[in-house]
Amino acid sequence: MFEKLFSADTLSEAWQVISTQFPLAVWETVYVTVLASFFAVVIGLPLGVLLVTGEKGGVLPLPSWLMHLLNVVINLLRSVPFLILMVLVFPLTRLIVGKVVGTAASVVPLVIAGFPFIARLAESSIREINPNIIEMAQSMGASPFQIIVKVMIPESVPSLLSNLTIAVTTILGYSAMSGVIGGGGLGKIAMNYGYFRYKYLIMIAAVVLLIILVQIIQSAGTRAAVRTDKRLKNKQ
Amino acid sequence: MIEIENLTKTYHTSDGAVEALKNVSLKIEDCDIFGIIGMSGAGKSTLVRCINMLERPDSGSVRIDGCDMCALSQKELRRARRSITMIFQGFNLLMQRNCLANVCFPLELEGMKRADARRRAYELLETVGLADKAGAYPSQLSGGQQQRVAIARALATSPKVLLCDEATSALDPTTTNSVLELIRDINRKFGITVIIITHQMSVVESVCRHVAILDGGEVAETGEVAEVFAHPKTAAARRLVFPENDGELVVVKSAGERFIRVVFNGANATGTPLIARMAVERGIEASIAYASTKSIGDKAYGSMLLGICGGDEKVRGAIEYLQKMPDIFAQEVSLNV
Ligand SMILES: Nc1ncnc2c1ncn2[C@@H]1O[C@H](COP(=O)(O)OP(=O)(O)OP(=O)(O)O)[C@@H](O)[C@H]1O
Ligand SMILES: [Mg+2]
Repeated sequence: MFEKLFSADTLSEAWQVISTQFPLAVWETVYVTVLASFFAVVIGLPLGVLLVTGEKGGVLPLPSWLMHLLNVVINLLRSVPFLILMVLVFPLTRLIVGKVVGTAASVVPLVIAGFPFIARLAESSIREINPNIIEMAQSMGASPFQIIVKVMIPESVPSLLSNLTIAVTTILGYSAMSGVIGGGGLGKIAMNYGYFRYKYLIMIAAVVLLIILVQIIQSAGTRAAVRTDKRLKNKQ
Repeated sequence: MIEIENLTKTYHTSDGAVEALKNVSLKIEDCDIFGIIGMSGAGKSTLVRCINMLERPDSGSVRIDGCDMCALSQKELRRARRSITMIFQGFNLLMQRNCLANVCFPLELEGMKRADARRRAYELLETVGLADKAGAYPSQLSGGQQQRVAIARALATSPKVLLCDEATSALDPTTTNSVLELIRDINRKFGITVIIITHQMSVVESVCRHVAILDGGEVAETGEVAEVFAHPKTAAARRLVFPENDGELVVVKSAGERFIRVVFNGANATGTPLIARMAVERGIEASIAYASTKSIGDKAYGSMLLGICGGDEKVRGAIEYLQKMPDIFAQEVSLNV
């Protein structure tokens, strides 16, 4: 099936598509990923904090039925495959965006899939904090809210950043997947040309761009995590 | 004044109940340096954590200047904790903040303005001798320096009481001494009551005025350091005071030799060849069987075990001679307790 991959015809056609459609597609992918990541963090980070602080013996204990509910909901959302989740939240998407296809519409399922993931990652970052530090803050008369915003979150920033990087690359992957049923961006191009019209070269180009995006996000994230970590002794 | 009355705390674990504190009562005067010493698991940390209610006692009361800590609401308790600060074995500095910001932390909690907080934090870093490290991060400091920053932080809210839970246990002997010296200075300068938890005899000997010996969750003995160390009444106290009995130190006893325990509690003994002088002035020859003393400033702290041959008269003579010195206590001990 790949024999005519590099014939002059396919090359010029591919170039045609790449130069006209790719810039918008890349932009759509980046935009959807950033927007969805943002909302997923806004919802997921506080939930992740609550998963730690709400425990029995935690900083801000919550009723145990509430903690159970929270855990069940998060596990549930985490276990539904993304494409199915996307279909399941169509009613919600229609309610918020007004339609279920298109770039903006794919943000809704991405947020729904992303926030439970981010909540779990944030939970694990915050659990890494030395419990003695929390006790120190309590011994100085810090309120639960002060402990969260002045100790838990700032102390786990490096870990949160590297986990956030994982989350963003995952959301990017989902956004490409959303191209299958109505989402925009590079995923849609790869599907349309590669799957439906057998233009494999274009599909490969789209995939390569996705790989490059993941690489950029990952190295930026790793750098930021290392750079913010004041525990590391010997950097410059 | 801190009044602890009939404090009881039992932990319920899967292997049954652990009585960490049993009916503990103590009185700690203002401006005192009070040591709480005991073997591992004696309940020292539990006791100190009950003072600022990090741990709720099952029964009994803790009153600080007449204020019943158990009766405070969460909000009142948070306010009260600003005047009862704590330093820890592990320093517990915020690793992502530099030293200055670490000292600012309790001031931020109070809602002090940023500029004022930084000014005060800087002054405190000067007090502990680390003004030049204001911008350094904890990971760039030695253990002793980290503990100094922690002390500066604990002083930020001008507390009445400073609780030190094994604050020097992670430090080497020299650093331990300099940190203890700092604690003593602070006690003198700011009139802060200091409670020192430790399992190291030497720490109590060198800084504390009063001591309580905790054994299996109970107060075995309490009183002035010199008194308790010179005349330990209970088995628990003797175990701590006479480390030579714990089997690690084997004193080779020659025939007819008897032993005197000499406790230095801030005596002006450095620079004075005490033992040599006793030999010259009284004709009593003593051999040193065990010694753990140190000088802080020009004062000596610690204890020594002297072996003396020559019977009753010499032993009594030596005790009398040594007792005459200020801040030195001497007592005959039998080594086979
Ligand atoms: N959170 C807890 N749950 C269960 N048991 C505990 C808890 N904290 C302390 N204990 C038990 O209470 C007893 C006293 O502990 P504590 O930590 O007060 O001892 P300690 O004198 O400070 O010892 P160390 O010198 O080793 O620090 C121990 O037997 C310990 O196992
Ligand atoms: Mg302890």
